[in-house]
Amino acid sequence: MTDPVIFSFRLYIAGDTLNSGQAVANLRAICDRCLPGRHKIELVDVFKEPDRALEDRVFMTPTLLKLAPNPVERIVGTLNQTSLVLHAMGLEESAA
Amino acid sequence: MQPNRLCFLDAQPMPDMVQAGAFDLSGLLAALSAKIKQMGAVRIVFDALDIILALLPNATARHFEMNRLHQWLLGHQVTALITAKAGGSDTSSAGQPFGFVQFMVDCSVVLNHRVDMGVSQRNLRVEKYRGSSFNEDESPFVIGKNGFDVAMARSLGRADTTVTSERVSSGVKRLDTMLDGGYFRGASVLITGFPGTAKTTLSGAFAEACCKRGDRTMFVSFDSDGSEVVRNLTSVGIHLQRYVEKGSLRMISARTFTGSAETLLVHIKTLAKEHQARCVVIDPISALAKAGNELTAHAVVERLIDWSKGAGVTLVCTSLLDEISSDAHNRTPLQVSTMADTWIHLNYLVQAGERNRGMSIIKSRGTAHSNQVREMILSKDGVTLADIYTAGGEVLMGTMRWQKESAERLAGDVAEVSAKLKHVSLDAEQAVLEVRAKSLRTELVAKKVEKDLLIRTTAVRKREMSGGRARMRELRGGDIAPQAKSSKKAKP
Repeated sequence: MTDPVIFSFRLYIAGDTLNSGQAVANLRAICDRCLPGRHKIELVDVFKEPDRALEDRVFMTPTLLKLAPNPVERIVGTLNQTSLVLHAMGLEESAA
Repeated sequence: MQPNRLCFLDAQPMPDMVQAGAFDLSGLLAALSAKIKQMGAVRIVFDALDIILALLPNATARHFEMNRLHQWLLGHQVTALITAKAGGSDTSSAGQPFGFVQFMVDCSVVLNHRVDMGVSQRNLRVEKYRGSSFNEDESPFVIGKNGFDVAMARSLGRADTTVTSERVSSGVKRLDTMLDGGYFRGASVLITGFPGTAKTTLSGAFAEACCKRGDRTMFVSFDSDGSEVVRNLTSVGIHLQRYVEKGSLRMISARTFTGSAETLLVHIKTLAKEHQARCVVIDPISALAKAGNELTAHAVVERLIDWSKGAGVTLVCTSLLDEISSDAHNRTPLQVSTMADTWIHLNYLVQAGERNRGMSIIKSRGTAHSNQVREMILSKDGVTLADIYTAGGEVLMGTMRWQKESAERLAGDVAEVSAKLKHVSLDAEQAVLEVRAKSLRTELVAKKVEKDLLIRTTAVRKREMSGGRARMRELRGGDIAPQAKSSKKAKP
């Protein structure tokens, strides 16, 4: 086995709004289930760091950026549609 | 644009973006808050907000996000301009997917773009404007070189521009007299007539008079090129070339112009402003009603006149009357006649194998004007007006007028000569009588002398006779008493 691929995520949230809270919970649940021990999550609060949101062109919250492995993916929303999220992350096969 | 005064933010959704679950606009607003703070912005424009709203799953979510935006705007004290696409009805924003937005905003403007008979017409309508009165009707607008021009007539409340009683020459001396001094400055003059009645010539004469006076003038020609107009008018003694060269006269060739009447008006206004024109000639105004513009042309002409009045521009328009109909006097294709201050009608009179031009002033507001029809004569020295002759209820022009004039001249000459003759013969008679009077006076004197002589001789004789009797009596020695008897006896 090669070194396990580390999934790197950046989740943009807007304070403790309902949508953002749900997104954080959903992301953690997915990672714990499918990527145990091989993920990194960075939370960015747009209210605290608006410049970073501008830089990444994040205008809708919550927005999840999958930075690694390539390609970079952008998922908008609470991430409650798990299958859709897994498909976008390219995780369907590895999860199976 | 100075740096940091204007900031563009590209907020297009990423095409490869995956949407999984509900989201909101907090990110956008947070980013904007930072920008506003950074540059101290007070205005913000959201162009095509509907793109982002369309991503929201349902009306409730859209409503919620709009409300969030609204609260955010209020919190930041910035004025926002939001654009969104409309569909369906092009006069109202009701029933649109984002229809609730109109209840939130303070002012709502609906734009539409129609094509009528191949001519593009853009319209704008203010749907609501909180805290202000506004015109609720659709107003056409044009996007031109100088930006966005909304065709708006002056609102009712606006104060009228100062009216002047200054007169400007019409370019024809006799016409000025007929108008009691010429057109008013700032007046709208309409010249109607059938093709070839010298409408262009009359307006050219006006243009020349304006330039001569030193007024900057613009001549918009739809029928022929500006240079052609200049050349053609030279043949009737109207020389515009020098003014074109000097720059005081601007000829506009609009023959090939296509587009809505609205666009044309904007062009004319822009050009007139550029040229700082005080007098504008439009030849002919009926060109505004070209195919596809019949419906709007009238309103455009109204606004043209309104504009010229507002700008204090003296406007001369010619208008073609196509059909030679009995009601030609009562209407022009665009009903300009009711709006124009002065209306001059040119007509043909065909008579005795001749076609002559007649000119009459149908109306002229605020100036005394002649009710006479005049014959308009074009020569290489310019435009002149001549009296026409009415004889036996018929109007005489051209050669017939000339004949009548020369006949009258001849009759005048004859009368003059005969009067002279009469004078001479009377002089002669007077002289004869004077001579006779003198001889009679002499005769009278002679008679008097004769009479005196007679009286004297009679007296002498009487004296001598009585003296003789006394002498006789003395000689006879008779006494005095029987004198009577003896004298009686002595008498026979």
